[in-house]
Amino acid sequence: MVELALVQENRVAVVRKGSSLRRMARTDAFFEALTRAAAIAVLGVLGGVMISLMMGAWPALDKFGLGFLYSQSWNPVTEKFGALAPIYGTIVTSAIALAMAVPIGLGVAIFLTEICPQVLRRPIGIAIELLAGIPSIIYGIWGLFVLAPLLQHTLQPRLVDLFQSVPVLSTLFAGPPYGIGVLTSALILAIMILPFIASITRDVFEQVPPMLKEAAFGLGCTTREVIRNVVIPYTRVGVTGGCMLALGRALGETMAVTFVIGNAHRITPSLLAPGTTISATIANEFTEAVGDLYTSALIALGLILFVITFIVLAIARYMLARIALRAGT
Amino acid sequence: MSARASGLYAARLMRERMFLGLAMGATALGLGCLVAILATLLIEGVGGLNLRVFTEMTPPPGSDGGLLNAIAGSLAMTALGVVLGTPLGLLAGTYMAEYGRHTRLTQVVRFVNDILLSAPSIVIGLFVYEIYVALVGHFSALAGGVALAIIVVPVVVRTTEDMLLLVPDPLREAAASLGAPRWHVVSRVAYRAAKAGIITGILLAVARISGETAPLLFTALNNQFWSTDLNAPMASLPVTIFQFAMSPYEDWRRLAWTGALLITAAVLALSIAARALNAKRGT
Repeated sequence: MVELALVQENRVAVVRKGSSLRRMARTDAFFEALTRAAAIAVLGVLGGVMISLMMGAWPALDKFGLGFLYSQSWNPVTEKFGALAPIYGTIVTSAIALAMAVPIGLGVAIFLTEICPQVLRRPIGIAIELLAGIPSIIYGIWGLFVLAPLLQHTLQPRLVDLFQSVPVLSTLFAGPPYGIGVLTSALILAIMILPFIASITRDVFEQVPPMLKEAAFGLGCTTREVIRNVVIPYTRVGVTGGCMLALGRALGETMAVTFVIGNAHRITPSLLAPGTTISATIANEFTEAVGDLYTSALIALGLILFVITFIVLAIARYMLARIALRAGT
Repeated sequence: MSARASGLYAARLMRERMFLGLAMGATALGLGCLVAILATLLIEGVGGLNLRVFTEMTPPPGSDGGLLNAIAGSLAMTALGVVLGTPLGLLAGTYMAEYGRHTRLTQVVRFVNDILLSAPSIVIGLFVYEIYVALVGHFSALAGGVALAIIVVPVVVRTTEDMLLLVPDPLREAAASLGAPRWHVVSRVAYRAAKAGIITGILLAVARISGETAPLLFTALNNQFWSTDLNAPMASLPVTIFQFAMSPYEDWRRLAWTGALLITAAVLALSIAARALNAKRGT
């Protein structure tokens, strides 16, 4: 009797164990499905952004067609909208910012990898990265109240005087110095993307095999020659990728630019004049836009910005992935 | 011959010195910017820093007041963004590192996530406006929280994946050989080993969204008054700073500087905390 009871008990235990195993397997499958769904949801966000922007932009794109891209007029009263002035402003400010930030960022990276005493490397690196963490609105308010007046009274009048009689430069630096404008925005953007460029190029520089550098030093190269002939050629793809990443940031940057660009819908050759960018236009006008067409035109601007940054960032990621792959092998 | 060689050497040496000088100058310039911004914030912001900032609402122009509703709104929407965004990011990162490490889906998600990581935040604001605000018909704190959550997700996905990949595989194999089911291996072993790194990621995400302005402009809008209603517009520090700094009123601008100081202090403290946590893990 006792034995029978024992056997029965065992049987129950086996059955229970089986069901708990099954339950575990079910939980396991459920958990995996859940994580996969989350991963797909991330894709869904990007797709959703694309589709919703296209739908929102449709009325404006339908009405103005391709002309939306190259028309300069922006008139909410007559409801004539064209994106050329914001597109121009976005590209010009970002390009100037990149031209200023890349050499300085490279300089910082070179300092941190080659010159800086070991003790100071971490603190200085962190300080530069903290610069990247400061919210863009802080750059905006600083640009508006500190940098713009400073430029208005010092740099800008001098630029105007200096290039007065130089053919091309006189049109680039013409007109009264307002302080705010395209050049100031580009400067703020340059300060903002500098830490990105510096920290990415530093990371890329550190991937150069020490053997290569030491061989060059052993041949009697100076630091400059090592960097020019060994480090830069080895890391060219990665450095370009980092710069493209920074360009993507600059193109989409909103608040810092909104403060100092002046929001003027026109294209002027002078860099001292106020202008506008895509993001600044949206930030300034979206909540005040009356009428469906006006709203739709602003969303169309957002779509253009998203497509431009998507392309730039995709190229950047591709380049950075290529150098990471090489470092891995 | 030797004179020429030494001339060449002198030229190389001079170029070397100039080059190193320029690199040092560049670093000094970068650090100078950081110092200049922080100094301005301190000089302009500390003067307005008093108890009223934390106890009174944003004032109409010309009268005294504080930033209480803006601070509370920022805290609420940041919390909302983290609560909504973290689970999704955590799970997606888990899939990429644990279940689908070499799948095509992971490669695509990684690429897309990296793009989302640097996507213009104003476009996220437009997106949430389109899918939520326009449908519901009014601005709300909830919409602001959703917009911030979309910014949180890619940051958390990235750090979760990276940190889980750092967990050595033998640890997982040991757990599995003891009979632990896969999800136990993930939740009891891998998560625990990567905890500090994952928390660092969440802290960085908080730092990122607590200063975000653009996605809140047309989702949460702004509010002059105290509000706890998630279905109504809500004030936030960044949007209030934007509005006050662009205004012609002297007292509003002073409050904007104070708010800017508060945000910067919070963001810097968060990123330093995140770094400290990460450094402790590394040793």
